[in-house]
Amino acid sequence: MHRAAVSSAAGLVFKRDLMLAWRRWDEVAQPLIFYVVVTTLFPLATTPDLSQLRVISGGVVWVAALLASLLALESLFRSDVEDGTMEQWVLSGQPLGWLLLAKVASHWVLTGLPLVVMSPVVGTALGLPFAAWGTLVLSLLLGTATLSVLGGIGAALTVGVRRGSVLLSLLVLPLAMPLLIFGSRAVSMVMDGDSPAGPLQLLAAIFFLTLSLGPLAMSAAIRISVES
Amino acid sequence: MWTWIHKFGSPPHAYRILGNLAPWFGWPALGLILLATWWGLVKAPADYQQGDAFRILYVHAPSAWMSMFIYVAMAVAAGIGLIWRIKLAHAAAAASAPIGASFTFLALATGSIWGKPMWGTWWVWDARLTSELILLFLYLGYMALRSSFDDPQRADRASAVLAIVGVINVPIIHYSVEWWTTLHQPASVTKIDKPSIAIEMLIPLFIMIVGFQLYYGWAISRRLRGEILRRERNASWLKASN
Repeated sequence: MHRAAVSSAAGLVFKRDLMLAWRRWDEVAQPLIFYVVVTTLFPLATTPDLSQLRVISGGVVWVAALLASLLALESLFRSDVEDGTMEQWVLSGQPLGWLLLAKVASHWVLTGLPLVVMSPVVGTALGLPFAAWGTLVLSLLLGTATLSVLGGIGAALTVGVRRGSVLLSLLVLPLAMPLLIFGSRAVSMVMDGDSPAGPLQLLAAIFFLTLSLGPLAMSAAIRISVES
Repeated sequence: MWTWIHKFGSPPHAYRILGNLAPWFGWPALGLILLATWWGLVKAPADYQQGDAFRILYVHAPSAWMSMFIYVAMAVAAGIGLIWRIKLAHAAAAASAPIGASFTFLALATGSIWGKPMWGTWWVWDARLTSELILLFLYLGYMALRSSFDDPQRADRASAVLAIVGVINVPIIHYSVEWWTTLHQPASVTKIDKPSIAIEMLIPLFIMIVGFQLYYGWAISRRLRGEILRRERNASWLKASN
């Protein structure tokens, strides 16, 4: 099998998922609304004082983004496994890792990217200074993309399980803790006037590690779910 | 060697060998743990800074070590089970998880008790305690995933993938947490941190670690036998041996 076939099959999966989502765009909007609602909880629970909120704003935006993208991940592979599409992919002879990665990529474009675009607005509402916008967006770009792959592994493992969504969070959140640490620290370092290069580079390193090994784990997990 | 592995991999042989092996782990473990307890609590000198409070180290440090060791052992067993499709290796991983989670909990509990006289609070977001806590979450996630499947084969293979993903992440989590605390740690805490530990304090610590390792050997032999019985409950060799 040559390269062209692989990339075109993955491209077709990517396009198909975007088209499916476009036809049911209200489901795509739900994680985004959830994201805004969760960030609203923090000022209500703590204080409306912007100078105090500013201290935790980076962390709040990060926690809300983590929870919102996890919420959307649960159904990532479900319908394809239930209607037998996934079985056909496993049998198709195409490298399964690429197809799953294309699925995760389209999922990220639909849920991760809107969260990233929305985050400066949400951050500003929590008192995040304009100077930290760039770092927040960059850290969330890397962080949500990594989380999509990590969550893809979790979703592939829990695809046939009853009450999979709670289990998925239980599996993925501990693995996502380094992302949270580096991401929210990068934001607060910029607010303290330091260079955020260190944590951002570490985030990028974790992203590439996850991107290279994640598809292997995902396809192994899907094979287990489909074969048994 | 391969024939030996296949022979050991067959449930009746493994069941018998583990039964013979268990006392060879169990009695030395009991002896060494009692010796180390006496040595650590009575014979070792008190710390010049922490007084007698440091003696909880003899439980805390070995259980923290065992919690990491068992996670790696579990992931190795899961990997062997996944690659060579050896059911016994999956069973060993399944039997290890609750032991490892218990050691992690013990490390957290003793760390917290140690923290009370040292830091004045029951809980400090210290690097070691925090990564132990995340390790406990990883163990709990592994056990939750395993228990959520009805089909044991699928539970074996799915949780094996999770254990391998987890073991790749453990160093990342450990170093990220360490980096996170060095940025926040007040200077007063690092001052109490043990500078260099005296040799007469170290000997019982090593004895305790060896004792804990042997205890793990004993516990895994016993649990693995139980696991084999549960999985092979309809097999004919069990009826024959009764």
